[in-house]
Amino acid sequence: MDRRKFFKASLAGGAALATGAATCPAQARDNKPLPSEALGLLFDSTLCVGCKACVAACKEANGMPMEFSTKDQYWDTPLDISGKTLNVIKAYRDGKMEVKDREENGFAFIKKSCMHCVDPSCVSACPVSAMKKDPKTGVVTYDKDACIGCRYCVAACPFGVPRFTYDSATPQISKCQLCVHRHKDGKYAACAEVCPTGATLYGRVSVLREEARRRLAMKPGEMASFPRGHLRAAEEKVLQGAPQGKGAMQRAGWRVESDQSAYPNVAAKYLDHVYGEKEFGGTQMLMLSGVSFQKLGYPDLPPRSDAAASETIQHTLYGGLIAPIAVLGALTFIAKRNVKPEDEGGHHG
Amino acid sequence: MANHAHAPRPLGGSTFTPFTLLLGVLAAIAGVILVYRFINGLGAVTNLNDGYPWGIWIAYDVVVGSAFACGGYSMALLVYIFNKGQYHPLVRPALLASLFGYTLAGVSVIFDLGRWWNFWHIFWPGYAQVNSVMFEVAVCISAYIVVMWIEFSPAFLEKWGMKDVKQKLNKLLFFFIALGVLLPSMHQSSLGSLLVIFGQQIHPLWQSGMLLPVTYLLTAILLGFAVVIFEATLSSTGFKRQLETDVLAPLAKVMYLTLAAYVVLRVAEVLIRGALGTAFAATWQAFWFWVEMACFIVPLVTLASENARRSASKLFVGAVLLMLGGMLLRINGFLVGYMTGEGWNYFPSFAELMVTVGIIAFEILAYIYIVRNYPVLPAAQPATR
Repeated sequence: MDRRKFFKASLAGGAALATGAATCPAQARDNKPLPSEALGLLFDSTLCVGCKACVAACKEANGMPMEFSTKDQYWDTPLDISGKTLNVIKAYRDGKMEVKDREENGFAFIKKSCMHCVDPSCVSACPVSAMKKDPKTGVVTYDKDACIGCRYCVAACPFGVPRFTYDSATPQISKCQLCVHRHKDGKYAACAEVCPTGATLYGRVSVLREEARRRLAMKPGEMASFPRGHLRAAEEKVLQGAPQGKGAMQRAGWRVESDQSAYPNVAAKYLDHVYGEKEFGGTQMLMLSGVSFQKLGYPDLPPRSDAAASETIQHTLYGGLIAPIAVLGALTFIAKRNVKPEDEGGHHG
Repeated sequence: MANHAHAPRPLGGSTFTPFTLLLGVLAAIAGVILVYRFINGLGAVTNLNDGYPWGIWIAYDVVVGSAFACGGYSMALLVYIFNKGQYHPLVRPALLASLFGYTLAGVSVIFDLGRWWNFWHIFWPGYAQVNSVMFEVAVCISAYIVVMWIEFSPAFLEKWGMKDVKQKLNKLLFFFIALGVLLPSMHQSSLGSLLVIFGQQIHPLWQSGMLLPVTYLLTAILLGFAVVIFEATLSSTGFKRQLETDVLAPLAKVMYLTLAAYVVLRVAEVLIRGALGTAFAATWQAFWFWVEMACFIVPLVTLASENARRSASKLFVGAVLLMLGGMLLRINGFLVGYMTGEGWNYFPSFAELMVTVGIIAFEILAYIYIVRNYPVLPAAQPATR
């Protein structure tokens, strides 16, 4: 081969690799939108009294085994979510722990369970569709029969939620699925159902967001009323035969819409922040607190989801397989010229 | 171009030596541990936990293991795409090492999968989830393993005297060679993309975002060259053959240019993202970052001259350092720089380490067996010096 041919072939090789970059238009993938009938939880740290009724109810509703952290194994004492525990209440303590919901010398309670992200990393990471997000309710569910146990979801979740049963020969992922198995009986998330103070409230995300804003507007120290259990959308109630002309009143109020009686309490001094409204493209579990969420163990996350970043790369490189096929075409063309099949001996191809 | 004196021939000689026996024992130990793992679960033998759900079986066996197996890819790129025929004698041995490296990386994924009996879901429409980086990696590595066996099959066909099949295959081989260049480009970059979705959980020194696929691909190519030099040196010592300095020195130049491009990109990337400050913090991450960078920058200095690249010892040391650097980039990204919150720790258990050691031992054992019995290494005069 003479020099010129050699040079040209080298150039062609470079061109083939560059084709990849040239043929693929950037397809930036935005955060996914909140599903129309998204369901979620509103956890209000200032209302939580740390009774852990939700932890026990979650175990029962989901048939999860006991977990012990004390020497005497009297009762279920999980310290964190795990392969055996889907929901825990943790305590924040500082100094003398004098005042609830205060950062310095105070204490607070916080719930840890799946955030049901609007654009979940686990769903994007899962290679076999074992993690799915319901297109209507947005609940993030797990199917062990599809799962291969690669634990990419465990590694990817910024909240450290999916957990794995490493001690089993037939392991599986454990995570809160918002009690979807109870929905068909007209029931809802067990944690919200049993919460005595309404600290964990179940409902449509749109309704919960409104409720969160109502609480942030409260005057700290004044008596207020807090819904418990399942906070239904006002429209739902009105549709059930409210007399004409009175619907507007009902629509404006939430009080009559909850399935349980309200819990009267003094409004706390909230941080002006609904955690989960903007974070990471939004989550369907929202949180209110008097103590910084980072102190309570929740990460300070950017508004863009990691799934959007990851899928932007994948779609750019592999969208419609355009780039790989174009590069393969170029490579095949070049290889056909450079590989000499008739050349016996040294060439294996 | 490839001349007939360099045609590959079986080396011959005995497969049973004290060294191969040791390798066999190590591989057997790994086998026993794996039986135990499949009966009792991952937790029974590994130190994995929910803070570190991936350990060395993924970070080393798969991510580093497949990058170390890029010799075949890098040489195919150089010889068949950039048409540098003079390196042809290096292709087949490089391809063999790649074949084993990749096959074992692929197989060792099964050891790590919790619900391994479902592994086929990843290829099955209805289960397969195409947005997942893991999906791309899995499908692409599997396809490449098949393509490599096809690429390498002439060596077997030669031995078995199946000339007809070999000739037919030879006519189509260019297509498999093209695939054999495309597929590693795809999954070696995607192995880096795996980290994108970890977001803030990866230390800023390794969370390169959109550039992760680029740095991983570039270092995979670089490692491919380094591994070829490493293996050529070792097999010339181990099998008492003359070192192919005339081929290795120009190859070292290609490697050097790739290295220079990578170092420039990596330094710029860390600077532009404003992550450099974290490299001066008193953390293990900062320490390992500098060790990693040193493994790239030292060869950049020591292999700068043509004379240095002609020195077998300097070249060998440089190649080893680059392999270490490429390994550290990956181990740092997947483990050292993986920060999932306070209270989590991971260091591989003895059993975990022995499985990784056993896999490497098995790989070397298989390589020795094949080059002694099949035409892989170029026929060369025994070392006379």
